[in-house]
Amino acid sequence: MSQLAIFVVLLALGYGFGRMAESRHYRSIVEREQRHARISTLTLRTLESEPATVRRTQLVSGNVVISVDYFKRVAAGLRGFFGGNVQAYESLVDRARREAVLRLKESCPGAAHILNLRVETSSIYKGRGNGIGSVEVLAYGTAVYFDVE
Amino acid sequence: MMMTNIETVPGKTISSCFGVVSGSTVRTKHAGRDIMAGLKNIFGGELRGYTELLGESRDEAIRRMQQQASQLGANAIVNVRFSTSSVAAGAAEIYVYGTAVVVE
Repeated sequence: MSQLAIFVVLLALGYGFGRMAESRHYRSIVEREQRHARISTLTLRTLESEPATVRRTQLVSGNVVISVDYFKRVAAGLRGFFGGNVQAYESLVDRARREAVLRLKESCPGAAHILNLRVETSSIYKGRGNGIGSVEVLAYGTAVYFDVE
Repeated sequence: MMMTNIETVPGKTISSCFGVVSGSTVRTKHAGRDIMAGLKNIFGGELRGYTELLGESRDEAIRRMQQQASQLGANAIVNVRFSTSSVAAGAAEIYVYGTAVVVE
């Protein structure tokens, strides 16, 4: 009985705090994405046209580790029984990717472009309990700075 | 040491090539961080301890790769790639590799 109570409390805590954290995170992501929209990120390896001389280039990266809350983990577990889209994890990786790209952009404020953007996702909690629950996203690319602004 | 993850360094030309250089680290976090991560698994959100841990180990791997490249006499590393794998529960291996070159 007490186990059930703990389970319900964890579910409620996860639901409440998880939702709050997620909506707060999304608000901050949208706001910062607008602020850094000037830096273009490309998956191209070369620039089509070089409008100015390249001042310098730099390898830049951004990473983040995000965990899902208890409620979503249970919801995803249920989903695993019936099959279909696991929305709980979709929003988790979406948040993590956007956050990682934002951190990458924040690390090179003066850059004009980011070339060859790569986004890599890995799970670092493997082999512990039921595994999934947190993802690590690493975004990296080559920042290009021009002489003329 | 200049680094890019494309085949060239924009605005410069590659004059000689030394082949592949790499660096790796395996790191694990301390217990305090793990307890915090356990809590975060209930509430959700960013695991800052892990973010820092992976960031630090990535820097360390890059440093080792740069050391190797400068020993060869290179001044840039092109086509840098990262890979992350978990070798044991809670321990992550970061591997970074690229091609050491001289650019002018």
